[in-house]
Amino acid sequence: MHESRLFWFAIPIALIFGFFFVGGTYAQESTPYIPTDDEVNAVAKGLYCPVCENIPLDVCPTQACTQWRALIREKLGLGWSEEQIKDYFVAQYGDRVLAAPPARGLNWLVYLIPPVAIVIGIYILFRAMRTWRQPISARAAIEHLPEADSDEYVARLEEELRQR
Amino acid sequence: MSEFQSTSSPSETPTPPASTGGRIVIFGTNLSVGALIAWIAVLALLALVAFGLLRRQQGPVAAGQAAPDFALTTFEGEQFQLSDLKGKVVLINFWASWCKPCEEEAADLEAAWRDYQPRGDVVFLGVDYVDTEPEAKAYLKKFDITYPNGPDLRTRASQAFRIRGVPETYIVAPDGKLTGVQIGPFTSLAQIKATIDPLLKP
Repeated sequence: MHESRLFWFAIPIALIFGFFFVGGTYAQESTPYIPTDDEVNAVAKGLYCPVCENIPLDVCPTQACTQWRALIREKLGLGWSEEQIKDYFVAQYGDRVLAAPPARGLNWLVYLIPPVAIVIGIYILFRAMRTWRQPISARAAIEHLPEADSDEYVARLEEELRQR
Repeated sequence: MSEFQSTSSPSETPTPPASTGGRIVIFGTNLSVGALIAWIAVLALLALVAFGLLRRQQGPVAAGQAAPDFALTTFEGEQFQLSDLKGKVVLINFWASWCKPCEEEAADLEAAWRDYQPRGDVVFLGVDYVDTEPEAKAYLKKFDITYPNGPDLRTRASQAFRIRGVPETYIVAPDGKLTGVQIGPFTSLAQIKATIDPLLKP
């Protein structure tokens, strides 16, 4: 009799404990990871929606961009990395969604032209400065030629001119 | 005499001594090989930029031109290739779920499709431009759209047609040429039929 009372007393306690433990476990499993706005914007700022040209996705106010940011949030929540998300967007919408185009095909020009142009510009400037300096130094050299005063021919010529 | 002259003889071209290599006269201008290469590079770059700008300013493909070929995989996985649809009238509608004007024509397009579908010689293709799949599917469900629709993957189709926005609709005749371009939404079912009916055999 005493044992059966204890049994009936133990059942609700066990159920309550069981509910809390199991409930706690369920809660832990069903809580999805929700990325913050900063995390979403960190990915979004490297993307551009083709509809709103030249406006980065993190500050674009259109509905299309809002949907894209929601998609980024969803993918981040699923544990995708920034690179995976960008690859997904490129596969869906093309290379033009990227802030920095991938270095392949004609895109190479974007990376090659600026440094090459700077090197060529420096070379042209260097050569131009040399030609600018040359006449001045040449003139100065002629003016200060020591033999110009002591040239016998010039002295005779000047003497004859004076006599006339 | 050729426009290009090699100036191997110094007496022909009394120029200051070049620091490197030979010199070439083009259109009366004496250039070193390095300068010539630099000019060619600059002109090639300018040509590339001009080509890009011209392409941007061309506007959408016009009626009378051959319709650009493209592939469409629908949200259900069905595949279409425009070139395989020769002999049929094809209506290609670019749309997006975020596009409010697209909603104005959605019901009329679906009504037109239900009219033409039993004939078998008319195909409607919906190309979903820069959209997200859940929203696109919700849009199709909302307007009960039953003709084939799929995403414009990598925006290839929209770039081929050089669309400026959505909605835009292109009508392709059985010979593969564009016969009608509708920029903006259709305003009525009658307007849609007026662009398709003249292309159909009685």
